[in-house]
Amino acid sequence: MAVASQDNAVQTGRAARVFVYLVLLLFALFYLLPLYVMGVNSVKPLEEITGGRMMSLPETFTLAPWASAWSTAQIGVEPTGLRPYFINSLLMVVPAVAISTVIGALNGYVLTKWRFRGDTIIFALMLFGCFIPFQIVLIPMALVLGKLGLAGSVPGLVLVHVVYGIGFTTLYYRNYYAAFPTELVRAAMIDGAGFFQIFWRIMLPVSGPITVVSVIWQFTNIWNDFLFGASFGGTSQPMTVALNNLVQSSTGVKEYNVHFAGAILAALPTLIVYVVAGRYFVRGLMAGSVKG
Amino acid sequence: MAEVEIRALRKSYGSVAVVHGVDVDIADGQFVVLVGPSGCGKSTLLRMIAGLEGITGGTIRIGGRVVNNLPPAERDIAMVFQNYALYPHKTVAANMGFPLRMKGMAKPEIEARVAKAAAILGLEPYLARYPRELSGGQRQRVAMGRAIVRDPQVFLFDEPLSNLDAKLRVQMRSEIRELHQRLGTTTVYVTHDQIEAMTMADRIVVMRDGHIAQVGAPLEVYDRPANVFVAGFIGSPAMNLLPATVAGGGEVEVGGTRLAAPEVAGLAPGTAVTYGVRPEHLDLADTGLAARVAVVEPTGSETHLVLHMEGRDLVAVLRDRLAIRPGDTVRLAPRAGLHHVFDATSGVRIG
Amino acid sequence: MSAAARTDWRTRAQDWLPKLVLAPSLAVTLLFVYGFILFTVVLSFTGSRMLPRYDFVGFTNYAKLFALEHWWTAIGNIAIFATLYIGICTAIGLVLAIFLDQKIRGEGVLRPIYLYPMALSFIVTGTAWKWFLDPGIGLERTMHLWGWESFSFTWIKDSEMAIYTIVIAAVWQTSGFVMAMFLAGLRGIDNEILKAAQIDGASGFALYRRIVIPILRPAFLSAFVILFHLAIKSYDLVIALTGGGPGRATELPATFMYSYTFTRNQMGIGASSAVIMLMTIAAIMVPYLYAELKERR
Repeated sequence: MAVASQDNAVQTGRAARVFVYLVLLLFALFYLLPLYVMGVNSVKPLEEITGGRMMSLPETFTLAPWASAWSTAQIGVEPTGLRPYFINSLLMVVPAVAISTVIGALNGYVLTKWRFRGDTIIFALMLFGCFIPFQIVLIPMALVLGKLGLAGSVPGLVLVHVVYGIGFTTLYYRNYYAAFPTELVRAAMIDGAGFFQIFWRIMLPVSGPITVVSVIWQFTNIWNDFLFGASFGGTSQPMTVALNNLVQSSTGVKEYNVHFAGAILAALPTLIVYVVAGRYFVRGLMAGSVKG
Repeated sequence: MAEVEIRALRKSYGSVAVVHGVDVDIADGQFVVLVGPSGCGKSTLLRMIAGLEGITGGTIRIGGRVVNNLPPAERDIAMVFQNYALYPHKTVAANMGFPLRMKGMAKPEIEARVAKAAAILGLEPYLARYPRELSGGQRQRVAMGRAIVRDPQVFLFDEPLSNLDAKLRVQMRSEIRELHQRLGTTTVYVTHDQIEAMTMADRIVVMRDGHIAQVGAPLEVYDRPANVFVAGFIGSPAMNLLPATVAGGGEVEVGGTRLAAPEVAGLAPGTAVTYGVRPEHLDLADTGLAARVAVVEPTGSETHLVLHMEGRDLVAVLRDRLAIRPGDTVRLAPRAGLHHVFDATSGVRIG
Repeated sequence: MSAAARTDWRTRAQDWLPKLVLAPSLAVTLLFVYGFILFTVVLSFTGSRMLPRYDFVGFTNYAKLFALEHWWTAIGNIAIFATLYIGICTAIGLVLAIFLDQKIRGEGVLRPIYLYPMALSFIVTGTAWKWFLDPGIGLERTMHLWGWESFSFTWIKDSEMAIYTIVIAAVWQTSGFVMAMFLAGLRGIDNEILKAAQIDGASGFALYRRIVIPILRPAFLSAFVILFHLAIKSYDLVIALTGGGPGRATELPATFMYSYTFTRNQMGIGASSAVIMLMTIAAIMVPYLYAELKERR
């Protein structure tokens, strides 16, 4: 959020101020603790963990758990590591994000600048689609993907994520474009630009901030999805499903350090995106959230 | 250059009609101002001329050509918007050149035309800047520049000065007027500000509720308002409109006072009418309307009086500095022949 | 074709082009959202088991569903979970937002720390907390090693308490996001209103209770709606953290639906539970979206 810090603060006493800092720091600790625990324990040998010192730094530093999680750990029945699933997730997430964002941008443009009778109802129908519990579509979706020959494939997952993602992307672009002066579109029409030219030359050049939001939102949601991946992933399961299989496997010794390395690997792409572009995301999200 | 001819033009949104069969003729090179209170349909009318709104009924001709179904870009018009509508991601030069680029004009020619328009508007130092780096007046000029580079047949202005401060507004008013005199392009200008309308227009079209209330030259509209609405809308402070009855002998009775009004001679005594007189046409006298002074507002050059007369407010503008105080009772006489009489029910001008 | 006819055609093209662009999304929505909902509703009235069948059995599935002890466990759990999750997230989010708004040094560092869990999947969150809460190796063991021998924290193994561990992990994941919503609301308040309130004598706690929090009403509503639908949809976290256990102690409607439909081959009952979930969300979302969209027209 780049909302400038206003002069809103109420004058408070010294003791109150100490209390405020204390609470804020305690919560920072609460949020950081699991990440710290995962981090330090992913570079320890297993004996150190089962010894019980989860908070201490590793005595012996090892990257073996990471290597194992990435390429040799047992996922389900195959000792493939998480790598193939990471690739599945990438193959799924990139086209799904790209397609749903482009569609959302066009929809938002139509719904704000080319309004027609009933457009709000269409938007409401699409928007409600984002909030349904997806259990309600699991059965028919399984049947339809089977009929289309897309069951258990990456393209099938892309289709599912695009279908249930366009409601959100449309919402973001619609709210963003609603604040964009319609006069500019009218001026461009008078200047001789057509439907797609206006979109391309007038709307897209100013869509940077909301595109960041839409891409991050979609990327996070799709990368982190578990329900669709577990239901329709088949042989092309995404990272989340594989991680769950790794962690829940009941055979053999529980290699906690490998689990942690795997969990961090699964979290890494979204964390990186968050660290790099999180500021823009929150800023844009606030501008274009449901309450627009 | 072209004349604009509007015939029986209608616009409705579903069952709600906002423009009801309007006829306007705009001669080649004329500067016409559409004026009226908000919601009167003036902006809708302008947007229909521009092609930004569909036409429900009637025809619009520009230069003799029916343009009803032409897209805006092919009507040979240019438009300046209230918020300037400058493309924020383009420089001043790119903003001005955009319509030419859309036409597929060659780069050197675009540059030449932009340079020429920039020279006319004094924008040369700003060509490489972005809109956000300009002041309000400069943005306004860029918006005009984008319009004139196209060398259109008709200029359309949609309340272009309403976002400027008072001083700049007066300055831009004369700049637009000057530009019109220099280019001689037919212009349709929408505003809700009757002073802008009076000062800029060759002809004023006063609109109300989707109808045309009066068309005429500024002074014609001021001197002979066609109805009570125009009488009250044009002129500031607004005309005093008082209920009156025909008294016979070419006189009307207003609040117990008889005033000369030869135009009512043909009406039966006792007929209800509305008597109108502009504040600047009232003089202190020994006879005339008796009223109690409520507020005295000296503006320096003149003195405004707000008075109460039988439960009604009356405003007078006097050229002299006076020793009148609130609470005093004075008599005000309308200047001979500078009054107006309207039918009490239809509001139409009598005489 | 004459020039006039051609441009006329182009004008009309500009008319239907926007609708054409929107059409695929509408079609997809109608089919994949509303068509599918309809299909599931139909299934919930059939005797489908492993595969869809079209023998209508009336409300039998719903009657069976509400006679199942598992379903009531799931309902009880979702009531506890949703109430605590929404309540605690809102409370933490509000407190953190107000505290962060006191011209805190290091706000730029704290904010991302509060927010980053939102970037993690529930599976990762569940994995981390499952281990942290495991008495054998996690928090309890650490406390013992640090010398607090009597420390006991075995909720995750306790069928009475396990549902609360899900609340802890879910709050950890989402409360920072709620903080961001409230912070944006706080920063959006007109500074003059706050100055006026202070001049009127409201300060400190009273200023927040009487002025600031009432102004934040829209943010509360948005937070509630978002948290509510997340709560009903909660599935992954339970799978990763407790797998629905111990036993079936942490079953939620979402996990119930999945296991009845796909592992127990009771598709009719699974469909009817999904319909109940949808109706719960619709009861909140439909009025909310209606009000939101109507306001904007």
